[in-house]
Amino acid sequence: MRVVGVCYLLFLLPVDSIIAQVDTFEFDTPSQQQRFRNLSNELRCPQCQNANLTGSTGGIAEDLRREVHRMIMEGMTDGEIRQFMFERYGDFIFYRPRLRAETVLLWFGPLIFLVIGSIVAYSILRRARRISVADSTLNSADQMRLQKILEQERS
Amino acid sequence: MLLFIPVVVFAVLVLVLWLGLSLNPQELPSVLIDKPMPAFAMSTIEGEEVSNIDLPEQIFLLNVWGSYCLPCLVEHPTLMRLSEEGEIPVVGINYKDQDDLAQDWLQTNGNPFAFSIYDMQGRLGIDLGVYGAPETYLVDADGVIRYRHVAVLDEEVWINDFVPAIAELKAVSEQ
Repeated sequence: MRVVGVCYLLFLLPVDSIIAQVDTFEFDTPSQQQRFRNLSNELRCPQCQNANLTGSTGGIAEDLRREVHRMIMEGMTDGEIRQFMFERYGDFIFYRPRLRAETVLLWFGPLIFLVIGSIVAYSILRRARRISVADSTLNSADQMRLQKILEQERS
Repeated sequence: MLLFIPVVVFAVLVLVLWLGLSLNPQELPSVLIDKPMPAFAMSTIEGEEVSNIDLPEQIFLLNVWGSYCLPCLVEHPTLMRLSEEGEIPVVGINYKDQDDLAQDWLQTNGNPFAFSIYDMQGRLGIDLGVYGAPETYLVDADGVIRYRHVAVLDEEVWINDFVPAIAELKAVSEQ
């Protein structure tokens, strides 16, 4: 039980520091703060492969958080801030990349696999059904044999 | 015939994943290729004011470095050779460093840079899409970014990546 407790505490540690990182910036309104949280959560740290700006202690993440804060305070919209990031870091900066010619495969690739999988599943099922139907109907020779057996049973 | 379909699918999957393994996830495609160098008006690490007009009017390297950065020390001899032999001018961006430490570093190791822009806050770095030192950009005579290399620029990278890129730029400009 104690081990579980320690693990739980370890699990809480980084979360704590994340909150501390976010709260170092000052905002005029709660909505600005909320926007900052949302943007820092959805923008990806370019240096650290798989962490958002909120969760990263990397130098560049710190700089980008500061930039997001600055732009929010200067009255830029979320769209403008995203565009700013895109112009500098490209699609990599987004955890939800924009739908563009280069990202079509990323967005619809899973759908293509779903379609292929459905076609395969459908054809397997259809073949299985056809085989079972073929098995359950007797050809004329079998029919005659069956008839004979039944007659023998009766007599 | 149908029997081979799973084999073909498997082979394609292996190929795609194999190619995926050979990609370097650290190498982000730069959005700034074929875009002009961002406007800047900053100072050098020695405190002189510099802006875009101070950039060389020929093909040059823009190298992001810092005194804290160990890989920068690895690529340093290559940059020294390039600038000493007059192969290409090198402009530095001293990225998120302290000017006194940066000056000490250049004094100790040698200074390959025409000048080093002092980007203490990483503001110019963000405009360039930099995410850590060292990074090296190839900029043409019109101040347009043509190539970007992330990580150490050693002799091998120079010969394999930069020399052909420069040759291509020169061929295009002569046409």
